[in-house]
Amino acid sequence: MIELQTTPDTVEPTVSRRDAIKGTAALGASALAGIRIAAVPIALAGMTQRAGAQSVASIIGVLNFALTLEYLEDEFYRTGLASSVAATFSSAERSAVEQISMHETAHVKVLQATIRALAGTAVAKPTFDFTARGAYPDVFTNKATFFAVAQAFEDTGVRAYKGQAGNVASNKGVLTAALQIHSVEARHAAQIRRLRGQKGWITNADRGTLPAGTQAVYAGEDNTTHAGANAAPLGANAGGTPAVTEAFDEPLTMQQVLAIVAPFIA
Amino acid sequence: MTSERVGSFTLSHVADLWKDSTRREFMRVACLGGTAVLLPSMFAGCSDDDDGGITGPPSNEVVIDLDTDTGVLNYAYALEQLEAAFYSQVVSGFATSGLSAAEQTVLTDIRNHEVIHRDFLAQVLAGAKIPNLAVNFSSVNFRDRVSILQTAKAFEDVGVSAYNGAGKLLKDLNNLGVAGKIVSVEARHAAVIRDFLKPGSRDFAGDDVIDPASGLDLAYDPGQVLEGTAHFVTTPIRLVS
Repeated sequence: MIELQTTPDTVEPTVSRRDAIKGTAALGASALAGIRIAAVPIALAGMTQRAGAQSVASIIGVLNFALTLEYLEDEFYRTGLASSVAATFSSAERSAVEQISMHETAHVKVLQATIRALAGTAVAKPTFDFTARGAYPDVFTNKATFFAVAQAFEDTGVRAYKGQAGNVASNKGVLTAALQIHSVEARHAAQIRRLRGQKGWITNADRGTLPAGTQAVYAGEDNTTHAGANAAPLGANAGGTPAVTEAFDEPLTMQQVLAIVAPFIA
Repeated sequence: MTSERVGSFTLSHVADLWKDSTRREFMRVACLGGTAVLLPSMFAGCSDDDDGGITGPPSNEVVIDLDTDTGVLNYAYALEQLEAAFYSQVVSGFATSGLSAAEQTVLTDIRNHEVIHRDFLAQVLAGAKIPNLAVNFSSVNFRDRVSILQTAKAFEDVGVSAYNGAGKLLKDLNNLGVAGKIVSVEARHAAVIRDFLKPGSRDFAGDDVIDPASGLDLAYDPGQVLEGTAHFVTTPIRLVS
Protein backbone atom coordinates (compact mmCIF):
# COMPACT_ATOMS: atom_id res chain seq x y z
CA MET A 1 0.00 0.00 0.00
CA ILE A 2 1.09 3.55 -0.52
CA GLU A 3 1.74 5.43 2.69
CA LEU A 4 0.61 9.02 2.77
CA GLN A 5 3.23 11.04 4.59
CA THR A 6 1.83 13.91 6.60
CA THR A 7 3.82 17.09 6.83
CA PRO A 8 2.82 20.56 7.97
CA ASP A 9 1.28 22.70 5.25
CA THR A 10 3.59 25.37 3.91
CA VAL A 11 2.57 28.48 2.11
CA GLU A 12 5.06 29.46 -0.55
CA PRO A 13 5.23 32.79 -2.34
CA THR A 14 3.47 32.71 -5.68
CA VAL A 15 5.22 33.39 -8.97
CA SER A 16 3.37 35.88 -11.07
CA ARG A 17 1.95 34.68 -14.34
CA ARG A 18 3.90 37.48 -15.99
CA ASP A 19 7.19 36.01 -14.82
CA ALA A 20 6.18 32.65 -16.13
CA ILE A 21 5.69 34.01 -19.62
CA LYS A 22 9.04 35.25 -20.79
CA GLY A 23 10.37 35.94 -24.21
CA THR A 24 13.84 34.61 -24.83
CA ALA A 25 16.97 35.64 -26.56
CA ALA A 26 17.30 35.29 -30.30
CA LEU A 27 16.60 31.85 -31.64
CA GLY A 28 17.81 30.46 -34.91
CA ALA A 29 16.46 27.72 -37.12
CA SER A 30 17.45 24.97 -34.72
CA ALA A 31 16.34 27.16 -31.89
CA LEU A 32 14.24 24.74 -29.98
CA ALA A 33 16.86 22.01 -29.74
CA GLY A 34 18.53 21.93 -26.38
CA ILE A 35 16.41 24.53 -24.68
CA ARG A 36 14.47 23.18 -21.77
CA ILE A 37 13.11 24.18 -18.41
CA ALA A 38 15.18 23.05 -15.41
CA ALA A 39 15.74 19.33 -15.68
CA VAL A 40 15.07 18.57 -12.05
CA PRO A 41 12.11 20.36 -10.55
CA ILE A 42 13.68 20.78 -7.13
CA ALA A 43 14.11 24.51 -7.65
CA LEU A 44 10.58 24.79 -8.95
CA ALA A 45 8.93 22.61 -6.36
CA GLY A 46 8.53 25.49 -3.97
CA MET A 47 7.60 27.99 -6.65
CA THR A 48 3.90 28.24 -6.12
CA GLN A 49 1.41 27.02 -3.63
CA ARG A 50 -1.76 28.98 -3.15
CA ALA A 51 -3.00 28.79 0.39
CA GLY A 52 -6.19 26.78 0.54
CA ALA A 53 -5.29 24.75 -2.53
CA GLN A 54 -3.94 21.21 -2.35
CA SER A 55 -1.94 20.55 0.79
CA VAL A 56 1.70 19.62 0.51
CA ALA A 57 0.80 16.31 2.12
CA SER A 58 -1.72 15.47 -0.58
CA ILE A 59 0.75 16.43 -3.31
CA ILE A 60 3.37 14.19 -1.70
CA GLY A 61 0.80 11.42 -1.70
CA VAL A 62 0.31 11.82 -5.43
CA LEU A 63 4.05 11.86 -6.01
CA ASN A 64 4.46 8.67 -3.99
CA PHE A 65 1.75 7.06 -6.12
CA ALA A 66 3.64 8.08 -9.25
CA LEU A 67 6.89 6.88 -7.69
CA THR A 68 5.37 3.44 -7.09
CA LEU A 69 4.49 3.18 -10.77
CA GLU A 70 7.97 4.32 -11.77
CA TYR A 71 9.55 1.75 -9.42
CA LEU A 72 7.40 -0.85 -11.20
CA GLU A 73 8.44 0.18 -14.69
CA ASP A 74 12.07 0.75 -13.74
CA GLU A 75 12.46 -2.73 -12.25
CA PHE A 76 10.45 -4.31 -15.06
CA TYR A 77 12.72 -3.02 -17.81
CA ARG A 78 15.96 -3.54 -15.90
CA THR A 79 14.97 -7.10 -15.13
CA GLY A 80 13.95 -7.67 -18.74
CA LEU A 81 17.28 -6.43 -20.06
CA ALA A 82 19.09 -8.76 -17.67
CA SER A 83 16.91 -11.78 -18.51
CA SER A 84 16.98 -14.33 -21.30
CA VAL A 85 14.17 -12.54 -23.11
CA ALA A 86 16.60 -9.76 -24.00
CA ALA A 87 18.60 -12.16 -26.17
CA THR A 88 15.52 -12.50 -28.37
CA PHE A 89 15.11 -8.74 -28.92
CA SER A 90 15.56 -7.31 -32.37
CA SER A 91 17.83 -4.30 -32.67
CA ALA A 92 14.78 -2.02 -32.69
CA GLU A 93 13.30 -3.70 -29.64
CA ARG A 94 16.54 -3.47 -27.70
CA SER A 95 16.96 0.22 -28.58
CA ALA A 96 13.46 0.98 -27.40
CA VAL A 97 13.75 -0.97 -24.16
CA GLU A 98 17.13 0.52 -23.30
CA GLN A 99 15.90 4.07 -23.90
CA ILE A 100 12.71 3.51 -21.97
CA SER A 101 14.58 1.85 -19.11
CA MET A 102 16.92 4.83 -18.83
CA HIS A 103 13.95 7.17 -18.57
CA GLU A 104 12.14 5.14 -15.93
CA THR A 105 15.27 5.06 -13.79
CA ALA A 106 15.51 8.83 -14.16
CA HIS A 107 11.85 9.28 -13.28
CA VAL A 108 12.37 7.39 -10.02
CA LYS A 109 15.18 9.75 -9.10
CA VAL A 110 13.25 12.89 -10.07
CA LEU A 111 10.21 11.87 -8.05
CA GLN A 112 12.29 10.93 -5.02
CA ALA A 113 14.09 14.28 -5.21
CA THR A 114 10.84 16.20 -5.60
CA ILE A 115 9.30 14.47 -2.60
CA ARG A 116 12.38 15.28 -0.54
CA ALA A 117 12.30 18.90 -1.74
CA LEU A 118 8.77 19.12 -0.34
CA ALA A 119 10.09 17.72 2.98
CA GLY A 120 8.27 14.45 2.37
CA THR A 121 9.39 10.86 2.66
CA ALA A 122 9.60 8.81 -0.52
CA VAL A 123 7.80 5.49 -0.33
CA ALA A 124 10.08 2.45 -0.43
CA LYS A 125 10.18 0.25 -3.50
CA PRO A 126 7.67 -2.58 -3.16
CA THR A 127 8.46 -6.19 -4.01
CA PHE A 128 7.12 -6.86 -7.48
CA ASP A 129 5.80 -9.99 -9.14
CA PHE A 130 5.87 -9.36 -12.85
CA THR A 131 4.15 -12.67 -13.55
CA ALA A 132 1.06 -11.08 -11.96
CA ARG A 133 0.47 -14.06 -9.68
CA GLY A 134 1.13 -16.49 -12.49
CA ALA A 135 -0.91 -14.81 -15.22
CA TYR A 136 2.28 -14.11 -17.22
CA PRO A 137 4.69 -16.87 -16.15
CA ASP A 138 6.99 -16.32 -19.14
CA VAL A 139 7.18 -12.54 -18.91
CA PHE A 140 11.01 -12.59 -18.83
CA THR A 141 11.53 -15.52 -21.17
CA ASN A 142 8.97 -14.87 -23.90
CA LYS A 143 9.27 -11.72 -26.00
CA ALA A 144 5.58 -11.46 -26.86
CA THR A 145 4.62 -11.64 -23.20
CA PHE A 146 7.27 -9.13 -22.18
CA PHE A 147 6.12 -6.56 -24.71
CA ALA A 148 2.47 -7.15 -23.93
CA VAL A 149 3.09 -6.34 -20.28
CA ALA A 150 5.25 -3.38 -21.34
CA GLN A 151 2.42 -1.95 -23.42
CA ALA A 152 -0.02 -2.38 -20.56
CA PHE A 153 2.34 -0.58 -18.20
CA GLU A 154 3.00 2.33 -20.57
CA ASP A 155 -0.61 2.96 -21.54
CA THR A 156 -1.54 2.72 -17.85
CA GLY A 157 1.23 5.16 -16.92
CA VAL A 158 -0.05 7.76 -19.37
CA ARG A 159 -3.57 7.51 -17.94
CA ALA A 160 -2.29 7.53 -14.34
CA TYR A 161 -0.34 10.78 -14.71
CA LYS A 162 -3.22 12.31 -16.64
CA GLY A 163 -5.55 11.44 -13.81
CA GLN A 164 -3.37 13.16 -11.21
CA ALA A 165 -2.42 16.40 -12.98
CA GLY A 166 -5.31 18.25 -11.40
CA ASN A 167 -4.30 16.98 -7.96
CA VAL A 168 -0.91 18.69 -8.12
CA ALA A 169 -1.94 21.76 -10.10
CA SER A 170 -1.53 24.22 -7.25
CA ASN A 171 2.24 23.59 -7.30
CA LYS A 172 3.30 24.82 -10.73
CA GLY A 173 6.72 23.18 -10.58
CA VAL A 174 5.33 19.78 -9.68
CA LEU A 175 2.54 20.10 -12.26
CA THR A 176 4.98 20.93 -15.03
CA ALA A 177 7.29 18.06 -14.09
CA ALA A 178 4.32 15.67 -14.01
CA LEU A 179 3.31 16.81 -17.50
CA GLN A 180 6.89 16.39 -18.67
CA ILE A 181 6.93 12.79 -17.46
CA HIS A 182 3.42 12.10 -18.78
CA SER A 183 4.35 12.96 -22.36
CA VAL A 184 7.45 10.76 -22.17
CA GLU A 185 5.32 7.79 -21.11
CA ALA A 186 3.11 8.49 -24.12
CA ARG A 187 6.12 8.36 -26.43
CA HIS A 188 7.10 5.06 -24.82
CA ALA A 189 3.61 3.71 -25.23
CA ALA A 190 3.48 4.61 -28.92
CA GLN A 191 6.78 2.90 -29.66
CA ILE A 192 5.99 -0.28 -27.71
CA ARG A 193 2.60 -0.48 -29.40
CA ARG A 194 4.13 -0.15 -32.85
CA LEU A 195 6.83 -2.72 -32.07
CA ARG A 196 3.88 -5.03 -31.33
CA GLY A 197 2.28 -4.22 -34.68
CA GLN A 198 -0.38 -1.92 -33.19
CA LYS A 199 -1.13 1.71 -33.94
CA GLY A 200 0.67 4.20 -31.70
CA TRP A 201 -2.71 5.44 -30.44
CA ILE A 202 -5.68 3.84 -28.77
CA THR A 203 -8.82 3.27 -30.88
CA ASN A 204 -12.09 3.06 -28.99
CA ALA A 205 -11.46 0.96 -25.86
CA ASP A 206 -9.63 -1.62 -27.91
CA ARG A 207 -6.84 -3.56 -26.20
CA GLY A 208 -5.92 -5.00 -29.61
CA THR A 209 -3.80 -8.12 -29.29
CA LEU A 210 -3.28 -7.82 -25.53
CA PRO A 211 -4.67 -10.56 -23.30
CA ALA A 212 -8.19 -10.16 -21.94
CA GLY A 213 -6.83 -9.58 -18.44
CA THR A 214 -5.55 -6.15 -19.53
CA GLN A 215 -8.93 -4.73 -20.61
CA ALA A 216 -9.07 -2.50 -17.54
CA VAL A 217 -6.12 -0.58 -19.00
CA TYR A 218 -8.40 0.55 -21.84
CA ALA A 219 -11.71 0.93 -20.04
CA GLY A 220 -13.29 4.28 -20.88
CA GLU A 221 -10.89 5.08 -23.72
CA ASP A 222 -13.89 5.18 -26.06
CA ASN A 223 -15.26 8.27 -24.30
CA THR A 224 -16.08 11.09 -26.71
CA THR A 225 -17.40 13.67 -24.23
CA HIS A 226 -14.76 16.21 -23.27
CA ALA A 227 -15.25 19.30 -21.13
CA GLY A 228 -18.96 18.58 -21.24
CA ALA A 229 -19.02 18.75 -25.03
CA ASN A 230 -19.81 15.88 -27.39
CA ALA A 231 -16.82 15.55 -29.67
CA ALA A 232 -18.03 12.59 -31.74
CA PRO A 233 -19.45 14.71 -34.60
CA LEU A 234 -16.02 16.29 -35.09
CA GLY A 235 -14.91 13.10 -36.80
CA ALA A 236 -17.37 13.65 -39.64
CA ASN A 237 -14.70 14.46 -42.23
CA ALA A 238 -11.80 13.27 -40.14
CA GLY A 239 -11.91 9.54 -39.62
CA GLY A 240 -15.23 9.21 -37.82
CA THR A 241 -15.80 8.30 -34.20
CA PRO A 242 -12.79 5.93 -34.04
CA ALA A 243 -10.53 8.86 -34.90
CA VAL A 244 -12.20 10.98 -32.25
CA THR A 245 -11.47 8.30 -29.64
CA GLU A 246 -7.85 8.17 -30.82
CA ALA A 247 -7.49 11.96 -30.62
CA PHE A 248 -7.97 12.05 -26.84
CA ASP A 249 -6.41 9.87 -24.18
CA GLU A 250 -8.49 9.37 -21.02
CA PRO A 251 -7.43 9.66 -17.38
CA LEU A 252 -7.69 6.89 -14.81
CA THR A 253 -8.25 7.52 -11.13
CA MET A 254 -5.65 6.48 -8.58
CA GLN A 255 -7.99 3.72 -7.44
CA GLN A 256 -8.40 2.37 -10.98
CA VAL A 257 -4.66 2.36 -11.54
CA LEU A 258 -3.92 0.64 -8.25
CA ALA A 259 -6.42 -2.05 -9.16
CA ILE A 260 -4.62 -2.59 -12.47
CA VAL A 261 -1.15 -2.84 -10.92
CA ALA A 262 -2.13 -4.69 -7.73
CA PRO A 263 -1.46 -8.15 -9.21
CA PHE A 264 2.11 -7.05 -9.95
CA ILE A 265 2.81 -6.03 -6.35
CA ALA A 266 3.74 -9.01 -4.23
CA MET B 1 0.21 46.59 -20.69
CA THR B 2 3.08 44.61 -19.22
CA SER B 3 6.68 44.48 -20.35
CA GLU B 4 7.59 41.70 -22.68
CA ARG B 5 11.34 41.12 -22.95
CA VAL B 6 12.22 40.27 -26.53
CA GLY B 7 15.82 39.20 -26.92
CA SER B 8 18.03 42.09 -25.90
CA PHE B 9 15.42 44.65 -26.82
CA THR B 10 13.07 45.46 -24.00
CA LEU B 11 9.72 46.93 -24.81
CA SER B 12 8.42 48.87 -21.87
CA HIS B 13 5.20 49.21 -23.72
CA VAL B 14 4.21 47.33 -26.85
CA ALA B 15 2.95 50.61 -28.31
CA ASP B 16 6.55 51.94 -28.13
CA LEU B 17 7.19 49.95 -31.27
CA TRP B 18 5.21 52.51 -33.13
CA LYS B 19 7.48 55.37 -32.08
CA ASP B 20 10.10 56.18 -34.74
CA SER B 21 13.09 55.98 -32.39
CA THR B 22 12.26 52.67 -30.78
CA ARG B 23 10.98 51.24 -34.04
CA ARG B 24 14.21 51.98 -35.89
CA GLU B 25 16.31 50.34 -33.17
CA PHE B 26 14.04 47.30 -33.02
CA MET B 27 14.12 46.91 -36.80
CA ARG B 28 17.89 47.32 -36.90
CA VAL B 29 18.25 44.38 -34.53
CA ALA B 30 15.47 42.42 -36.21
CA CYS B 31 16.92 42.82 -39.71
CA LEU B 32 20.21 41.41 -38.41
CA GLY B 33 18.24 38.31 -37.48
CA GLY B 34 19.13 38.60 -33.84
CA THR B 35 15.77 39.15 -32.24
CA ALA B 36 12.88 36.90 -31.46
CA VAL B 37 9.86 37.87 -33.48
CA LEU B 38 6.33 37.97 -32.27
CA LEU B 39 5.09 40.27 -35.03
CA PRO B 40 6.01 38.90 -38.45
CA SER B 41 4.62 41.99 -40.17
CA MET B 42 7.51 43.99 -38.71
CA PHE B 43 9.88 42.53 -41.31
CA ALA B 44 7.97 44.24 -44.08
CA GLY B 45 10.10 47.30 -43.47
CA CYS B 46 13.59 45.74 -43.65
CA SER B 47 15.53 47.64 -46.33
CA ASP B 48 18.26 50.28 -46.72
CA ASP B 49 15.62 52.77 -45.85
CA ASP B 50 14.38 51.23 -42.66
CA ASP B 51 11.41 53.44 -42.42
CA GLY B 52 8.98 50.69 -43.35
CA GLY B 53 5.99 52.94 -43.23
CA ILE B 54 4.46 51.07 -40.31
CA THR B 55 2.20 53.44 -38.54
CA GLY B 56 0.31 51.22 -36.12
CA PRO B 57 -0.59 47.67 -35.13
CA PRO B 58 -1.58 45.55 -38.15
CA SER B 59 -5.33 45.49 -38.60
CA ASN B 60 -5.35 41.68 -38.77
CA GLU B 61 -3.26 41.28 -35.60
CA VAL B 62 -4.49 38.53 -33.31
CA VAL B 63 -4.09 39.26 -29.62
CA ILE B 64 -3.92 36.38 -27.17
CA ASP B 65 -4.20 37.19 -23.48
CA LEU B 66 -2.40 34.44 -21.59
CA ASP B 67 -3.72 35.74 -18.30
CA THR B 68 -7.02 34.01 -19.03
CA ASP B 69 -7.85 30.40 -19.77
CA THR B 70 -9.54 31.63 -22.95
CA GLY B 71 -6.22 33.03 -24.07
CA VAL B 72 -4.30 29.89 -23.18
CA LEU B 73 -6.83 27.74 -25.05
CA ASN B 74 -6.64 30.11 -28.01
CA TYR B 75 -2.88 29.65 -27.95
CA ALA B 76 -3.46 25.89 -28.16
CA TYR B 77 -6.06 26.47 -30.86
CA ALA B 78 -3.55 28.48 -32.88
CA LEU B 79 -1.10 25.57 -32.80
CA GLU B 80 -3.77 23.03 -33.70
CA GLN B 81 -4.79 25.25 -36.62
CA LEU B 82 -1.20 25.14 -37.88
CA GLU B 83 -0.94 21.40 -37.47
CA ALA B 84 -4.29 20.71 -39.11
CA ALA B 85 -3.40 22.93 -42.04
CA PHE B 86 0.02 21.34 -42.42
CA TYR B 87 -1.18 17.75 -42.32
CA SER B 88 -4.12 18.54 -44.61
CA GLN B 89 -1.65 19.79 -47.17
CA VAL B 90 0.49 16.70 -46.69
CA VAL B 91 -2.49 14.40 -47.24
CA SER B 92 -3.60 16.26 -50.34
CA GLY B 93 -0.11 15.82 -51.77
CA PHE B 94 0.38 12.13 -50.97
CA ALA B 95 0.68 11.11 -54.63
CA THR B 96 3.89 13.15 -55.06
CA SER B 97 5.19 12.99 -51.51
CA GLY B 98 7.45 9.95 -51.61
CA LEU B 99 5.80 8.69 -48.44
CA SER B 100 5.28 4.95 -48.10
CA ALA B 101 1.79 3.47 -47.86
CA ALA B 102 2.29 2.78 -44.15
CA GLU B 103 3.43 6.35 -43.58
CA GLN B 104 0.44 7.67 -45.50
CA THR B 105 -1.92 5.68 -43.30
CA VAL B 106 -0.35 7.07 -40.15
CA LEU B 107 -0.24 10.63 -41.45
CA THR B 108 -3.90 10.38 -42.39
CA ASP B 109 -4.64 9.38 -38.80
CA ILE B 110 -2.56 12.29 -37.51
CA ARG B 111 -4.32 14.69 -39.87
CA ASN B 112 -7.63 13.43 -38.53
CA HIS B 113 -6.54 13.89 -34.93
CA GLU B 114 -5.30 17.45 -35.50
CA VAL B 115 -8.46 18.46 -37.33
CA ILE B 116 -10.46 17.02 -34.45
CA HIS B 117 -8.30 18.85 -31.89
CA ARG B 118 -8.66 22.10 -33.80
CA ASP B 119 -12.40 21.82 -34.21
CA PHE B 120 -12.84 20.70 -30.61
CA LEU B 121 -11.01 23.76 -29.27
CA ALA B 122 -13.02 25.97 -31.63
CA GLN B 123 -16.15 24.41 -30.17
CA VAL B 124 -15.00 24.94 -26.58
CA LEU B 125 -13.95 28.53 -27.25
CA ALA B 126 -17.04 29.32 -29.31
CA GLY B 127 -17.41 33.11 -29.72
CA ALA B 128 -14.12 33.71 -27.95
CA LYS B 129 -11.99 31.89 -30.49
CA ILE B 130 -9.34 33.70 -32.51
CA PRO B 131 -9.85 33.92 -36.30
CA ASN B 132 -8.43 31.44 -38.78
CA LEU B 133 -4.69 32.08 -39.08
CA ALA B 134 -3.05 32.61 -42.45
CA VAL B 135 -0.36 29.96 -42.88
CA ASN B 136 2.77 29.79 -45.00
CA PHE B 137 4.34 26.41 -45.67
CA SER B 138 6.53 27.54 -48.54
CA SER B 139 9.59 26.44 -46.56
CA VAL B 140 8.37 22.84 -46.72
CA ASN B 141 9.02 20.66 -49.76
CA PHE B 142 5.85 18.59 -49.95
CA ARG B 143 7.45 16.48 -52.67
CA ASP B 144 10.21 15.40 -50.29
CA ARG B 145 9.38 12.73 -47.71
CA VAL B 146 12.15 13.88 -45.38
CA SER B 147 11.10 17.54 -45.52
CA ILE B 148 7.55 16.52 -44.70
CA LEU B 149 8.54 14.26 -41.81
CA GLN B 150 11.05 16.72 -40.35
CA THR B 151 8.40 19.43 -40.36
CA ALA B 152 5.90 17.04 -38.80
CA LYS B 153 8.44 16.11 -36.13
CA ALA B 154 9.02 19.78 -35.32
CA PHE B 155 5.29 20.44 -35.08
CA GLU B 156 4.70 17.48 -32.79
CA ASP B 157 7.65 18.18 -30.48
CA VAL B 158 6.62 21.85 -30.34
CA GLY B 159 3.04 20.83 -29.64
CA VAL B 160 4.14 18.67 -26.72
CA SER B 161 6.39 21.43 -25.40
CA ALA B 162 3.59 23.96 -25.71
CA TYR B 163 0.99 21.95 -23.83
CA ASN B 164 3.56 20.96 -21.17
CA GLY B 165 4.53 24.59 -20.70
CA ALA B 166 0.96 25.87 -20.75
CA GLY B 167 -0.45 23.58 -18.09
CA LYS B 168 0.67 25.85 -15.28
CA LEU B 169 -1.09 28.81 -16.91
CA LEU B 170 -4.55 27.28 -16.79
CA LYS B 171 -6.71 28.24 -13.83
CA ASP B 172 -9.68 25.94 -14.44
CA LEU B 173 -8.86 22.29 -13.80
CA ASN B 174 -11.39 21.25 -16.44
CA ASN B 175 -9.29 23.04 -19.05
CA LEU B 176 -6.16 21.40 -17.67
CA GLY B 177 -7.93 18.07 -18.07
CA VAL B 178 -8.72 18.78 -21.71
CA ALA B 179 -5.16 19.85 -22.43
CA GLY B 180 -3.92 16.70 -20.73
CA LYS B 181 -6.07 14.49 -22.94
CA ILE B 182 -4.60 16.09 -26.05
CA VAL B 183 -0.90 16.38 -25.19
CA SER B 184 -0.32 12.65 -24.76
CA VAL B 185 -1.71 12.07 -28.25
CA GLU B 186 0.69 14.69 -29.63
CA ALA B 187 3.49 12.85 -27.87
CA ARG B 188 2.40 9.58 -29.48
CA HIS B 189 2.47 11.37 -32.84
CA ALA B 190 5.95 12.67 -32.11
CA ALA B 191 7.25 9.20 -31.30
CA VAL B 192 5.84 7.69 -34.48
CA ILE B 193 7.11 10.48 -36.76
CA ARG B 194 10.56 10.27 -35.19
CA ASP B 195 10.59 6.54 -35.76
CA PHE B 196 9.70 7.06 -39.43
CA LEU B 197 12.73 9.33 -39.74
CA LYS B 198 15.11 6.91 -38.02
CA PRO B 199 13.40 3.52 -37.79
CA GLY B 200 14.21 1.24 -34.91
CA SER B 201 16.35 3.84 -33.16
CA ARG B 202 16.05 5.57 -29.80
CA ASP B 203 14.81 8.74 -31.50
CA PHE B 204 11.13 8.09 -30.69
CA ALA B 205 12.01 9.52 -27.27
CA GLY B 206 15.43 10.85 -28.15
CA ASP B 207 17.97 12.57 -25.96
CA ASP B 208 17.51 15.69 -28.06
CA VAL B 209 14.08 16.22 -26.51
CA ILE B 210 14.19 14.19 -23.30
CA ASP B 211 16.93 14.95 -20.83
CA PRO B 212 18.57 11.58 -20.06
CA ALA B 213 19.31 12.62 -16.47
CA SER B 214 15.73 13.46 -15.56
CA GLY B 215 13.63 11.72 -18.19
CA LEU B 216 11.67 14.95 -18.60
CA ASP B 217 10.21 16.02 -21.94
CA LEU B 218 10.21 19.53 -23.32
CA ALA B 219 8.18 22.33 -21.75
CA TYR B 220 8.35 25.75 -23.37
CA ASP B 221 6.74 29.07 -22.60
CA PRO B 222 4.29 30.47 -25.17
CA GLY B 223 6.77 33.12 -26.33
CA GLN B 224 9.34 30.46 -27.14
CA VAL B 225 6.79 28.32 -28.94
CA LEU B 226 5.46 31.08 -31.12
CA GLU B 227 9.00 32.17 -31.97
CA GLY B 228 9.68 28.66 -33.18
CA THR B 229 6.58 28.54 -35.36
CA ALA B 230 6.50 32.18 -36.46
CA HIS B 231 7.76 31.40 -39.95
CA PHE B 232 4.68 29.27 -40.64
CA VAL B 233 2.18 31.99 -39.73
CA THR B 234 1.66 35.21 -41.63
CA THR B 235 -1.09 36.50 -39.38
CA PRO B 236 0.57 38.65 -36.71
CA ILE B 237 0.07 37.27 -33.22
CA ARG B 238 0.66 39.26 -30.07
CA LEU B 239 0.89 37.58 -26.69
CA VAL B 240 -0.12 39.68 -23.73
CA SER B 241 -0.35 38.93 -20.05
